[in-house]
Amino acid sequence: MSTIIPQLIIGTTDLAAAFLFLYGLKRMSSPVTAPSGIFVAGLGMLVAILASFLYVFSVSAAARPHLAVNVGLALVALALGGGIAWWSGRKVALTAMPQMVALYNGMGGGAAGAIAAVELFGNKAQGLAQLVVTLLGALIGAVSLSGSVIAWAKLDGVIKKPLRVRGQQAVNALVMLATLVVGGYIAFVTQSGVEPLIPMPELITLFFGCALVFGVLMTLPIGGADMPVVISIYNALTGLAVGFEGFVLQNPALMIAGMVVGAAGTLLTLLMAKAMNRSVGNVVFTNFGTPAKHKQGNIKGSLKPVEAGDAGIFMRYASKVIIVPGYGLAAAQGQQKLYEFVKLLQAGGVDVKFAIHPVAGRMPGQMDVLLAEAGVPYDLIFQLEDINDQFAGADVALVIGANDVVNPAARTDKSSPIYGMPILNADKAKKVYVVKRGEGKGYAGIVNALFYGDNCNMVYGDAQAVLGKMIEAVKGLGLAAAA
Amino acid sequence: MDFAITMTGFVALYVFMLAAFAGWVIIGGVPAILHTPLMSGSNFVHGIVVVGGIFALLNASTVLEQSIGFGAVLLGAGNAAGGYAVTDRMLAMFQVSHPHHAKRAHAKHPKKV
Repeated sequence: MSTIIPQLIIGTTDLAAAFLFLYGLKRMSSPVTAPSGIFVAGLGMLVAILASFLYVFSVSAAARPHLAVNVGLALVALALGGGIAWWSGRKVALTAMPQMVALYNGMGGGAAGAIAAVELFGNKAQGLAQLVVTLLGALIGAVSLSGSVIAWAKLDGVIKKPLRVRGQQAVNALVMLATLVVGGYIAFVTQSGVEPLIPMPELITLFFGCALVFGVLMTLPIGGADMPVVISIYNALTGLAVGFEGFVLQNPALMIAGMVVGAAGTLLTLLMAKAMNRSVGNVVFTNFGTPAKHKQGNIKGSLKPVEAGDAGIFMRYASKVIIVPGYGLAAAQGQQKLYEFVKLLQAGGVDVKFAIHPVAGRMPGQMDVLLAEAGVPYDLIFQLEDINDQFAGADVALVIGANDVVNPAARTDKSSPIYGMPILNADKAKKVYVVKRGEGKGYAGIVNALFYGDNCNMVYGDAQAVLGKMIEAVKGLGLAAAA
Repeated sequence: MDFAITMTGFVALYVFMLAAFAGWVIIGGVPAILHTPLMSGSNFVHGIVVVGGIFALLNASTVLEQSIGFGAVLLGAGNAAGGYAVTDRMLAMFQVSHPHHAKRAHAKHPKKV
């Protein structure tokens, strides 16, 4: 039977898919063209999946008797996996987006690992290079799977605290070493043909077991605030694993897509780490959450609480207000109320802008998405480098649910754990209001000098309730004027 | 004529190198405001692994290979479908307040009130 026609079709669609992925990602570089970008990439995925069923014309002789069953299994798996993920992706709340992305990412890593497992158990790799790449893809895919699941559990609140034990790094290194040794032994045995000490299937299972355990151990000690970096890393790793398995299966579409994501994920990881003024190694291998032993007696001034309504009215008569939202706003589900308040201010002629810190939220750019969900137009949203000079000219900086990202200690105090981290210059505004649940410290456990500044007032309370009071007060003004 | 693809040694390395470079350049141009959709979008792109899963499952000849292959397709399909669903949802939310504000250059110069 001729296999040329199916080969030609598969080759063409895979080429088209690779092009559509690149073009789609390129279109994602502007909010205007981005929706069409994901559609284009989706089209590429669809044709590639449809064409992949043409592999039935070229299956190996051993698999031919099982072909009907295998096709059935593939269709069921596609419908089941795709259906459940689609449904969950459609209904998940946007605040829960980081853990969903982590989960989908883990699935991709798991799929890459599983492909490697089929190749290894079936002893299908040809030559040492393919075998080594298969093992590498298996290792990275498995680590990405178990690591992403732990990241999901942490973000979803299933695991509440970072788990840290003494000598953890030594244990991690040992597990990694064991994985590499087992992998190397598999390669040696397969190549040399000597009888392995343990039967091959057990050896492969042990290899995957070690890799999975390593992923868990590596992710457990990392704190919640470092999750943007961790999700980025696993995204890059899954891409790499997919690229490697693409080489093993001789499929350039997988190689290209995997490598593009690997590079993209690496770039995002570096950007995130830079925004926190830390190296990637620092995030993964050291524990940020350990309480800083550092003198905090050098802060002058006091905390000056004010009523929410008064703050609201003050902003109504300001001419320029910059809002600094943090994850606390999203945790209180206050985005809708915030935009309602902003519209009131705008109606009164106040110039309102949003200033977003790169690590606001639980994944890069999450705060932008949460504001977009509330209906805030993206031309009101500014990133740190674009808006930082404007604080000095602002009448009011309204800080809601953010803390460490506006701490001036990052600029001045060399002993501070966040020293050197780029911060939003909220303290330079003429007046600063900080909406906060209570007097607690931020994630880094540092006192925030901004709160004690002469130009700063605290508005205590739940962000949503506080914004409600501000809206009422400003609306009350309008009514009073009309009466 | 034969259309079978063979990727060996250096050809594969060239493909990897060029793809990595393309990814780096393309993603480097994305503004920070789109980083979340971008991450879930690139997460969707590596869902192409499902194609490899289908290949592995179709070539499975033992029950063990079949069950692992089934898992590969299941997980890969979840990666692709879920990634698309959340990315598409997020991107649909980005709106502009006023047509003439669409260019960021304008937004940098605040209007006099």
